[in-house]
Amino acid sequence: MMDHAAAKPTQAFRIETAGRAPRAAAVAAIVSLLALVLLPVVVGRNLIQDLIFLFYMLALAQCWNLLAGYAGLISVGQQAFVGLGGYLLFALTLLGGINPLLAIPIAGVVSALFALPTALIVFRLRGAYFAIGTWVVAEVYRLVFAQFKPLGGGTGTSLTPSVTSSVPGIEWVKTLLDLRTPAARDIISYWAALALMAATLAFVYGVLRSRRGLALGAIRDHEAAAAGLGVDIYRIKLAVYVATAAMTGMIGALIYLQKARISPDAAFSVLDWTAYVMFIVVIGGIGTMEGPIIGAIIFYLMQRYFADFGASYLVLLGALGILVMLFAPRGIWGLVSERHGLTLFPTRRRLIIHAQDSKRS
Amino acid sequence: MTGWLDALIQGVLLGGLYALFAAGLSLIFGVMRLVNLAHGDLIVLAAFAVLVVAGKLGLDPFVAVLIALPILFVIGFALQYVLLNRTLGRDLLPPLLVTFGLSIIIQNGLLQIFSADSQRLRSGAIETASVSLGGGIAVGVVPLLTLLSAISVIVLLNLIFYRTPIGRAFRATSDDLEVAQLMGIDIRRIFALAMGLAFVVITIAALYLGLRANFDPTIGPARLLYAFEAVIIGGLGSFWGTLAGGLVLGLAQTIGAHIDPEWQILAGHLAFLVVLVLRPRGLFPRAQD
Repeated sequence: MMDHAAAKPTQAFRIETAGRAPRAAAVAAIVSLLALVLLPVVVGRNLIQDLIFLFYMLALAQCWNLLAGYAGLISVGQQAFVGLGGYLLFALTLLGGINPLLAIPIAGVVSALFALPTALIVFRLRGAYFAIGTWVVAEVYRLVFAQFKPLGGGTGTSLTPSVTSSVPGIEWVKTLLDLRTPAARDIISYWAALALMAATLAFVYGVLRSRRGLALGAIRDHEAAAAGLGVDIYRIKLAVYVATAAMTGMIGALIYLQKARISPDAAFSVLDWTAYVMFIVVIGGIGTMEGPIIGAIIFYLMQRYFADFGASYLVLLGALGILVMLFAPRGIWGLVSERHGLTLFPTRRRLIIHAQDSKRS
Repeated sequence: MTGWLDALIQGVLLGGLYALFAAGLSLIFGVMRLVNLAHGDLIVLAAFAVLVVAGKLGLDPFVAVLIALPILFVIGFALQYVLLNRTLGRDLLPPLLVTFGLSIIIQNGLLQIFSADSQRLRSGAIETASVSLGGGIAVGVVPLLTLLSAISVIVLLNLIFYRTPIGRAFRATSDDLEVAQLMGIDIRRIFALAMGLAFVVITIAALYLGLRANFDPTIGPARLLYAFEAVIIGGLGSFWGTLAGGLVLGLAQTIGAHIDPEWQILAGHLAFLVVLVLRPRGLFPRAQD
């Protein structure tokens, strides 16, 4: 191999990520984003509320996918940060008198500050033990907030109408679209959810396209080998854990601004904020950016049409998750991209070698 | 002062229950490195199984459990052989996700069949019987039996692991999977036997869960966390460590509850986190993993 390479010193290569199809996809993404921004003008309130749900579940799924699919941090405790973000929003607006939209980014920063010491403890556990450790931490958060009497203790509390109607832009939407306050509030929440979802996608995409993303992909594929190549595993995992905690905290703040009512059991629910999210990522395809999008849409449709079946719906969901994990571990997107070589978010690097040198020598 | 002494004694007795929860989890992890997120729900499932057997045949729970034990052994064996063996490998996600899915299925399946009502195993006079220790302190017979059963289970598991051929096979697969296979051990069968044995322990734990307090289909995940905490506090790979971990957790919870009843569960979790910070490998570590 060495001699072969030395005989062709002029051989040129480059590394490519985006092909032609993804460029078309980028245009499509911008167009559909614009369409989504303008959507509330034409559709009714029910669909807007459904889409808010879809957007934040998708954002949560992208965060969990970055954690579990790339950094190998399988957390069963992300509800800790959803609940923390929600409670921070309530504390900042009800007790601190801060504007709700400003409270969302503050909740993100504070969530990151909480995530750091949390990580130092749970990172002592490896693999599957890390998973249960994060769950214990989420329970600690839940029990602590259940003791916090100013926000209603174990029974929780509601946002006052003065807070919910103080969201900026409500008056503007009301007059522009001729709506009543609750509907206008939903539209602002919709835009905020859309912005957070788009920001999460952009953030995850940006990370995966960067040098760190290359390291993350290496960790995903083979952790020991990545360490052997000089990837600082601990640091990069810590960075991913803290960053996703910040994103998850912001999403949690937004969710509870929309719900306007919080309680410890709902805000720190392992089913709502981790089990469903895991289901979305695994069904769609873990370790890809496209997977969670497909998974979120499937989950939204199932939730919409089958959720009334209650317990048996959840049995079905659990069984479906198990079947996909056993027989199609790369999810639906895995099946599609295997067959058609399709990608919407080009994060994989391809080595392109030019054959120009063979003529010269 | 009597109050505190009483709290300590009750804590040790509660720790017996947690050690029983944890012994099954410790066993499964020890043999096949499987972390079973459905462990708590399996305990609840077993409690319902004992309830049904006792109810249908009109038996005392202590007799009903003898009928439930072989049935649950077979269920555990089949579960591992058919489903969980497929998930084992280098990748961590499949076993976690499959057992998590199982947890959701069991919880909601039980909800569907038995509703969310609280249940209890009824065993007549023994439930309220107690032994006086003098000085105004009395211990319940059932909590005392729980602790004694926990110790017996730990002794028996140690005997099985270190004194029998099947135990040798368990230890061999745990130490080195490939070499064990080369020596002609059918690991699929060994793993299934280990899960069957774990289900026996789970059923014993379920008996005392149902005798000591009310249970309903949703309480599984909390039992998983207690079991997990006991295993980690005690240190991986040692059954006696697991017993000690259970006792530490039980003590932490009753001491917390003695200060403020609302702090019981939180105190247990905090004790676990403190141990994790100070002694990340637990109090009595053995395994190098």
